[in-house]
Amino acid sequence: MTVIIYLIPVALGLGGLGLAGFLWAASSGQFDDPDGAANRILIDEDVPLVDKITKT
Amino acid sequence: MTALAAPHADGCPSGLAPPDGSQQDDVSAFVRRTKGVNHLDLLVRGAKCGGCLSKIEGAVNALSGVDTARLNLSNGRMSVTWQGALTGHQITTSIASLGYGVSAYSGEAVASTEQTEERQLLIAMGVAGFAAANIMLLSISVWAGVGEMGSATRQTMHAISGLIAFPAVLFSGRHFFKSAWAALKHRHVNMDVPISLAVILAFSTSVWETMAGGPHAYFDACVMLLFFLLIGRFLDARLRRRAYAAAHDLAALQNRSVTRIDQTGAASAARAENITAGDQLLLASGERAVIDMQIIHGDSEVDESMVTGESLPNRILPGATLYAGSVNLGQPLTGTALKAASDSVLSDIARMLEAGEQRKSAYRKIADRAVSLYVPFVHTTAALAFLSWLVIGGDVRVAIMIAVSTLIITCPCALALAAPVAQVVASGRLFKSGIYLKSGDALERIAAIDHIVFDKTGTLTIGAPQLIEGDASAAALPEAARLARASRHPLSRALVAAAGPGDIAPSVTEQSGLGLEADIDGVHYRLGSAEWVGIDKRSASDGPTLWFAAGDAAPVQFRFIDKPHSDAAATIRQLKSMGIGVEILSGDKPQAVSTLAVQLEIETWTAEATPQSKADHLETLRQAGKSLLMVGDGLNDAGAMSLAYASLAPGGAMDISQAVSDAVYSGGISSILEILKTSKLARQTMLQNFGLAAVYNLIAVPIAVTGHVTPLIAAIAMSASSLIVTLNALRISLPKRATA
Repeated sequence: MTVIIYLIPVALGLGGLGLAGFLWAASSGQFDDPDGAANRILIDEDVPLVDKITKT
Repeated sequence: MTALAAPHADGCPSGLAPPDGSQQDDVSAFVRRTKGVNHLDLLVRGAKCGGCLSKIEGAVNALSGVDTARLNLSNGRMSVTWQGALTGHQITTSIASLGYGVSAYSGEAVASTEQTEERQLLIAMGVAGFAAANIMLLSISVWAGVGEMGSATRQTMHAISGLIAFPAVLFSGRHFFKSAWAALKHRHVNMDVPISLAVILAFSTSVWETMAGGPHAYFDACVMLLFFLLIGRFLDARLRRRAYAAAHDLAALQNRSVTRIDQTGAASAARAENITAGDQLLLASGERAVIDMQIIHGDSEVDESMVTGESLPNRILPGATLYAGSVNLGQPLTGTALKAASDSVLSDIARMLEAGEQRKSAYRKIADRAVSLYVPFVHTTAALAFLSWLVIGGDVRVAIMIAVSTLIITCPCALALAAPVAQVVASGRLFKSGIYLKSGDALERIAAIDHIVFDKTGTLTIGAPQLIEGDASAAALPEAARLARASRHPLSRALVAAAGPGDIAPSVTEQSGLGLEADIDGVHYRLGSAEWVGIDKRSASDGPTLWFAAGDAAPVQFRFIDKPHSDAAATIRQLKSMGIGVEILSGDKPQAVSTLAVQLEIETWTAEATPQSKADHLETLRQAGKSLLMVGDGLNDAGAMSLAYASLAPGGAMDISQAVSDAVYSGGISSILEILKTSKLARQTMLQNFGLAAVYNLIAVPIAVTGHVTPLIAAIAMSASSLIVTLNALRISLPKRATA
């Protein structure tokens, strides 16, 4: 059972990573506009497909 | 609606909000310049969906020199930065031409403390959640290892738990500690006092137990307690902030700029708040007055419907006083500012609102009443348990452990979650039917109303006159519409709406208060009042009329009516059958009001009410012991709405009315029924939740005081009670549930 000496810090570290990510997201304004974020994903650039293909 | 067929139709492409036809004003006074980069904050009204987002951002980004243009769909604020010669006016014009309302927004005016508070609560919740999950990980191994785990391992587990819990309790618990301390200093007791006491006691006894090598530590319980409580607190703060944001938008309404004329006669844009009495102002055609002014030059018609509720425009001549909120429909007007912007009618109404808000705060939320019963009960029980165990057992340590476990297990989580969760779920359900709820406790208040006071124009009626089709007028309609297209007058617009698209007659001239005239192919056409076309008698028709004369032919009459909403009659009937009193309180002429009252079978009505008399009327009703719901849309209703027990505004209402109302609905007047139904359901659910919390406590307290609670039982009981309350609240969102 000595393996828990490593496992507990690892588990806490992973959790801490998630917490750090959450803190970053909350303080950098990721949750300021939930409606906008939900809708932005649907916005497409209104460019004809042909142009895109010929350009690349 | 043709909105879907025509991608560039005005306003929201999903039809969630009507296009905003209001004139935008010059915002150049609000542009901030730093190092060659211009920055402008705007408030966009009517943007509701992703289509709006891409339309607006796309239009602004297409302007030359724009670096960033980002619209926040949740609160309608837009921030634009650009370089070069582009003016702020060009930006607002491009947004307004898409059919959205736009006004300047002074960013520095909102040091939004509510948003900071909400974000802090969110972070605190995240930290508590992290700590609770990790401590639970360790606690479960302790509980599962009873009898097998060595005491040294258990002590290590407890110590690690304590190390995680300590910073989490300090960080996440500070919201509760601060508030509890503030309450105690003022010799009050609020919900945060028992919470703080339970958390601090649980934490310190756990530290003591860990050091003594004891079997029970409550680290998981005290962090989980904080986590659950913070969820409730966060939901509550978010609902509250929405209400505050609406109030801020009201401030933005006053952030208007006006055109000031200096001594040399040059006109320039100035912020409304910089205007002092005596300044000369220019009110362009189509512009809304922000400051009360006395007209010194010009002859025009103004739409005062937002100020007085009267549906037809009034003629304004030099010497007349024009109140803030009126819209100039004709020629430009020049006038002297009578007062500073802060003293104008708009601000007077804002002050009436404040007074009303204070009165409203006298309302005690169901949750607060529950807490005032709960706190003494729990503390007495815990103290009694401590004393009895001390006397019977004589062991201080056991007595403290039992008192602490009582405090923990009578956990106020269920109590703290009972109201906010129900409110959030109910407001989500209303949102789906196009109703935007502004404050959580509004639901409790709306559920209790027994009398509804309606404004007429724009609330019960559509708010714009419509042409009554007649045989004689139908033939003349296309010709008359050619003249009417040149005018902003509401009746002209109604005529054009009935005639459909077409061309404008060349060289149409408008005479204020009379009508329009034009010469087409040698024929002299006139459209306007009876005297304008040379008819002397006042025709016996009721309602607004227009006369049209082509050359020497006999004039043709167009009659108009402000029709009630198609669902108004049915809604009123249903409200009456629910036993709710209904009445009309309007600023319009008695004839117009009585016609509508008869049509909708409303017995009680008042006409020609001023904003002050509206407020007085509500005050009288309030003192008669009625719980009032006021539904209104105009500036003149705002004061009365703030006095009512609860208030609603239609989506097309004046901003100020939307700001003061408890909810804004967009789907016709029958939405009121949905609001009533949902709020009753929400209130019922809240009461059920408090009942569940009480039952839970009745079961948990005997177990705790008899000393049968272990940290495992406490953890299960706490989560279970919170879960039950939340699940019960979720039932509100179930569709088609019969109201009991």
